[in-house]
Amino acid sequence: MLLLQTVQALPSPLHNGELSIDAYIYLSAILFCIGLLGVLLRRNVIVLFMCIELMLNAVNLLLVALSNYHSDPAGQVFVFFVMLVAAAEATIGLSIVVMLYRNIPNTDVDIWNRLRN
Amino acid sequence: MSILFYLAYKLVLVLVIFAITLGVAAYSTLAERKFAGFFQDRLGPDRAGPYGILQPLADGVKFFFKEDFTPANADKTLFVMGPALAMLIALITSAVIPWGPSLEIAGYQLPFQVTDLNIGVLYISGAVSIGVYGIMVGGWASNNKFALLGAIRASSQMISYEIAMGIALIAIVLLAGSLSLHDIVAQQSGLNWNIWKQPLGFIIFITCAFAECNRTPFDLPECEQELVGGYHTEYSSMKLGLFLFSEYVNMFVSSALMSALYFGGYNFPGLDYSTMAPNVAALVGFGVFFAKILFFIFFFMWIRWTIPRFRYDQLMHLGWSILMPLAILNMLLTALGVLYLGK
Amino acid sequence: MLAIFFYIFATISVLSALSVVLFRNPVYSALGLVTTFFAIAAQYILLNAQFVAAVQVMVYAGAIMVLFLFVIMLLNLNVNNEPSRPALLQGISVATSGGMLFLVLLAAARSAGSLSPARAADNSIGLIQTLGQTLFNQYLMPFEVSSLLFLSAMVGAVMLGKKEYK
Repeated sequence: MLLLQTVQALPSPLHNGELSIDAYIYLSAILFCIGLLGVLLRRNVIVLFMCIELMLNAVNLLLVALSNYHSDPAGQVFVFFVMLVAAAEATIGLSIVVMLYRNIPNTDVDIWNRLRN
Repeated sequence: MSILFYLAYKLVLVLVIFAITLGVAAYSTLAERKFAGFFQDRLGPDRAGPYGILQPLADGVKFFFKEDFTPANADKTLFVMGPALAMLIALITSAVIPWGPSLEIAGYQLPFQVTDLNIGVLYISGAVSIGVYGIMVGGWASNNKFALLGAIRASSQMISYEIAMGIALIAIVLLAGSLSLHDIVAQQSGLNWNIWKQPLGFIIFITCAFAECNRTPFDLPECEQELVGGYHTEYSSMKLGLFLFSEYVNMFVSSALMSALYFGGYNFPGLDYSTMAPNVAALVGFGVFFAKILFFIFFFMWIRWTIPRFRYDQLMHLGWSILMPLAILNMLLTALGVLYLGK
Repeated sequence: MLAIFFYIFATISVLSALSVVLFRNPVYSALGLVTTFFAIAAQYILLNAQFVAAVQVMVYAGAIMVLFLFVIMLLNLNVNNEPSRPALLQGISVATSGGMLFLVLLAAARSAGSLSPARAADNSIGLIQTLGQTLFNQYLMPFEVSSLLFLSAMVGAVMLGKKEYK
């Protein structure tokens, strides 16, 4: 009797010779720069936050790709920590936004620079 | 050859489970009204066919022929996406549930499960945590204040209860030493069910399951007296049907999860599947599992017609100040037990 | 065959990332970002990092983005009232990010193929057992410190969220 199982660990495209690590570097660079563009271009503070999350994700993607490439679990552990920090950052950031919105009902970052004084 | 056969088997399995899920969900609507009738000392639907067994069909036909109305100020794309997302996310959770012992077809031993992920429990928590998107998107796109309030209530409720649910699941993982649902169920052979070791965890899990399904006593996102219809106020025709249907699919899937995680899945005392012919074992196992699922669906309805709805502050208090500390306590006790007493 | 999946998900992630930046409506931006996160989770699965993929869906799509959508709905930002930046600033920001992209791509292309794997290929590094061993042996201290970080974030969020806070 033959047991048919899904192959749990197919070699990743980096290891079966279909892709080189450069493909992941390019993709991650493109995503990072889109995030950067968003941070520079947009004025809505919530969208700014989202673009920062996008940049963090681009870095995470590269970390996981390199972790797989070098067969080193440390990269994935770093990603785990990045997610932790991102979650904490989103919590605090959004609660600051909600609190400020009560005083200044606008989400434009250029208006919020009056916090300076 | 064998890989094609394998893919065909998986495709058939997916279709069968899809059909069963939808069938159970359809007949849950009838059963709900029948039980409501019973609890309130009246008959319930009995016109369509003998004992009203054609009622779900009649409802479906009615939903299809109603006017499909989209409010003028609604966001058209997201208005359609809302119910579709709700249904999709409700259905994908069932992919990791083991429905019975392995089948044997044409000499191959095939698992009676769509996929045995080695991160099964994480997959479930992931699917649960994205379950809120359908409601949020639909409620926001309606551009109606009641729908928006319903969506906000639903999302904060689901985020709050997801945490306690996740911590209750961690205790199960600690006991089983595996995240695969197949392993978790296989370890509970005979009467060696997790419920005996995790009574508190089960109570937390079932409470959170009620909240995640937006069922009474946690149906605040759609409570009629305060919010007209909550997040589906503006929906009509089959879009409303999909929202209501996804609630029943959620109920079915969470009943299946409760049976698999706490009540031994397809295991039953006195049934030894290794001595039976494989296909007989699979069918008997599926029958046992299904009976457990039906019991939990009945339990959902029983609670609905027995306990009144909470107030919103009571709901939040229960989630954050009672269930979460209890879940953490349960996790710590389980960890200590596993450490000092063994599994 | 896996490369085809890589290109499909790469296209999805780039297009949805662009939609985050280009949509004026924050709800659309948020949903675009959710799509990006799912595409990236798919890339993780291709890379045999199942645990990270599951956590990506749970933490990013299931918690952080729900929080974002929740705040957008709570503040009722569906009216599009975001003024554009002046044209000069827009030009500068496009030039900056485009130039940076160009620079990175150029640098990556120049050194393409110069990297070689440090260890022999091992498909089991994405499994929870391996990651758990690494996390709780080698990185135990950062893990504990991050729990403190979470505690402080929680306390901070509760304090900021209080209504009578002055």
